[in-house]
Amino acid sequence: MAVTPPQPLLTLRRVAKNFGGVRALRGVDFDLHAGEVHALLGENGAGKSTLIKVATGAHTPDSGEIIVGGRSLSGLTPALAQQLGIACIYQQPALFPDLTVAENIGLRLEHGRALRRIDWPARRTQAATLLVRVGATIAPDAEVGTLSMPEQQLVEIACAVGAGARIVIMDEPTAALTQREQERLFTVVRELRAAGTGVIYISHRLEEIFALADRVTVLRDGESVGTHPVAAMDQAALIKLMVGREVSQLYPPAESPPGDVVLALQNTGCAAGGVRDVSLEVRAGEVLGLAGLVGAGRTELARVLFGITPADAGEIRLNGQVVTIASPPEAIARGIAYVPEDRRRHGVILEMPIAQNMTMAIHSRLFPGAWLRDGAERTLALDYVRDLAVKCAGCDAPGGSLSGGNQQKVSLARWLATKPRVLILDEPTQGVDVGAKSEIHKIIRRLAKEGLAVIMISSDLPEVLGMSDRIGVMRGGTLTAVLPGGSDAHVVMATALGGVT
Amino acid sequence: MKKYFRELSVTAALLLVLLLLAVVAPAFFQPQPLLSLVTREAPTLVVACGMALVIICRQIDISVGSVFSVCSVAAGLLAAHGWPLPLVILASAALGALLGSVNGGLVAGLRLPSIVVTLATMVTLRQGLNLVRQGEFVNLPDRVQWFGLSQAAGQWTLVVLALAVLVALGLAMRHLAAGRQVYAVGTNAEAARLAGIPPQRVTFLVFVFLGALTGLAAVMNIVQSPQVQPLSGAGLELKVIAAVVVGGVAISGGRGNLWGAFAGLLLLACVSPALTHLHIEAYWEKAIQGAIILLAVVADGIRQRRGE
Repeated sequence: MAVTPPQPLLTLRRVAKNFGGVRALRGVDFDLHAGEVHALLGENGAGKSTLIKVATGAHTPDSGEIIVGGRSLSGLTPALAQQLGIACIYQQPALFPDLTVAENIGLRLEHGRALRRIDWPARRTQAATLLVRVGATIAPDAEVGTLSMPEQQLVEIACAVGAGARIVIMDEPTAALTQREQERLFTVVRELRAAGTGVIYISHRLEEIFALADRVTVLRDGESVGTHPVAAMDQAALIKLMVGREVSQLYPPAESPPGDVVLALQNTGCAAGGVRDVSLEVRAGEVLGLAGLVGAGRTELARVLFGITPADAGEIRLNGQVVTIASPPEAIARGIAYVPEDRRRHGVILEMPIAQNMTMAIHSRLFPGAWLRDGAERTLALDYVRDLAVKCAGCDAPGGSLSGGNQQKVSLARWLATKPRVLILDEPTQGVDVGAKSEIHKIIRRLAKEGLAVIMISSDLPEVLGMSDRIGVMRGGTLTAVLPGGSDAHVVMATALGGVT
Repeated sequence: MKKYFRELSVTAALLLVLLLLAVVAPAFFQPQPLLSLVTREAPTLVVACGMALVIICRQIDISVGSVFSVCSVAAGLLAAHGWPLPLVILASAALGALLGSVNGGLVAGLRLPSIVVTLATMVTLRQGLNLVRQGEFVNLPDRVQWFGLSQAAGQWTLVVLALAVLVALGLAMRHLAAGRQVYAVGTNAEAARLAGIPPQRVTFLVFVFLGALTGLAAVMNIVQSPQVQPLSGAGLELKVIAAVVVGGVAISGGRGNLWGAFAGLLLLACVSPALTHLHIEAYWEKAIQGAIILLAVVADGIRQRRGE
């Protein structure tokens, strides 16, 4: 078929998907033509990943239609998607590190009985041919684990090409690449396009979208806010589309002026943690929001401050004194508390009673002589249950029996019990329902008023704008700007993206 | 009640077996044979207490049998050299702790999987002992047997000692912050670390503890006979792991307690004498023990499924 088919390769019509109470996609339309690069853009949590997973059959949409090559599909599975020529290249290549390149490609492309004889020469030849086609200079016999990230991506692309993929989806492929590696990847993408493949390209880097894409679709809060030819757009227009919503007025206002500087960082960095050259001051009684994209280094900075990956460069001052923080116990002793992002994995121990969860970080203080005092534990737990309005069957109920918002309160209680001076909150309201979210916001504001220095990492832009007295923006492992509270959403977004300022 | 359902059901099963024996074979309850049975299990109980700690910490130690053998022989030699018994006990426990610290150091320090590390130390210690001793028995001086007491007094001493270890550790796991930390690390090591509990140190220490208890148990075993068999610990690891698992300590860590392990050990120990009294061939012992273990694991699996 030399003629481009009139219908799109892939059409998604009114696709909707809910996870529990969260509406990840609310009726999104999307189409992809042969020989185009169609960029997908949106904030963290806008629904890009969900949309991709619908297109690859990993998620079944609750409603809506998926049309591939003119055929409407009711039940798209990953296997069927593969048969239809849909391939997805993830940011972290999903290859087998201990097998060679040829074996990896063979595993993807050869289908047959488990006991068939493997034609090794054919497998190697096939791999070599495909690698040449994607412009890679990788030996088919190299073990994948020894390859660099961009080389592994090329192997993934070779798999896609070898499978005869008509639709190639790339999820932030350049996040880990250097400039030169990027250029090479772009060349491959352009060749794919020239060969009539449709490419869905996800990236946070606006420059790439202008360099590569033909059309761009912007998602916001699970809805498509428009598909436009890239030539008709500029960076400012794209950012406006991504952000364009009103900031809710429901956030509790700051009531008191900030006090003394509690925590001061001077060129702080940690090579192992991927944080470099951060200079920052946080005052008692203030909420410092940390904005940035996923992977910008915010959680990594928190881990440095909490001694999980201790700083190896620069200076950390607490109340004016230079300190080292080499481990979590040391951080706790110095009055730093860190409420981690993934509360189910790193925060609340689901099998443990609420009371035990709350006292976990203060064993040595609550129990001098190491003998557990159930009475003291209960009293403390009941205090926090009342104070933070934790909805639970009692202090003995296991952490896993609580809703997300209440688990977060238990996690918070554990850290408040350490009587910290600096409280680091990592995505404090992620996956929390609206009511609990506003309660947590009130608690955060109250804690600041009581004199804590609060650092709040959040990917929820309205939350950062609404809660923060100042907003630090991180990008690429360092702090790129500190903006005043109440800054314009577009400015924060643009700073986080590293585009216009 | 619901929380301790697992422990209570093992205890119920144990009582059921005892009741059955009371009806069918009252001879089982004659004091002297019963005391002998319990005495034989006393060292196993001490090791099982340590093993419960290790498994609650989401680790395993299959080298206990070899450590037990090494400590037995070492303690026997020291006793034969004329060391006083209290010193022999201390030395044996210290040697056990040292061997345990090798396991713990490799597991916690290098973050190696405990099953592989302890498999290696199990084989190494066993073969090393064979090589050095060539299977030679150690003859013990008379003053060692039953601690130099009468047999009955010695037996009671062993039983009381084992129960003392059980009660002390059982209470510690419930009432000491250290015990709580073992549970925390076994349930979610990363969350524990973020709460300021050092998981590597806790892991290291439970191995050292198990080693020390194994060394103590070795002495509790050698005082029961005039000679030290170099293979006295063979198969011990399976016995104690089985007892702990039957007693409701989850192999996936963080759940269970020593009382359950105690009930599990007694249940498994009852099988053999029960068979004798019921006139069933002894060949069935292992099969029935295996079935009990399977039943316990399946029950845990079903409970966990339901919980999710």
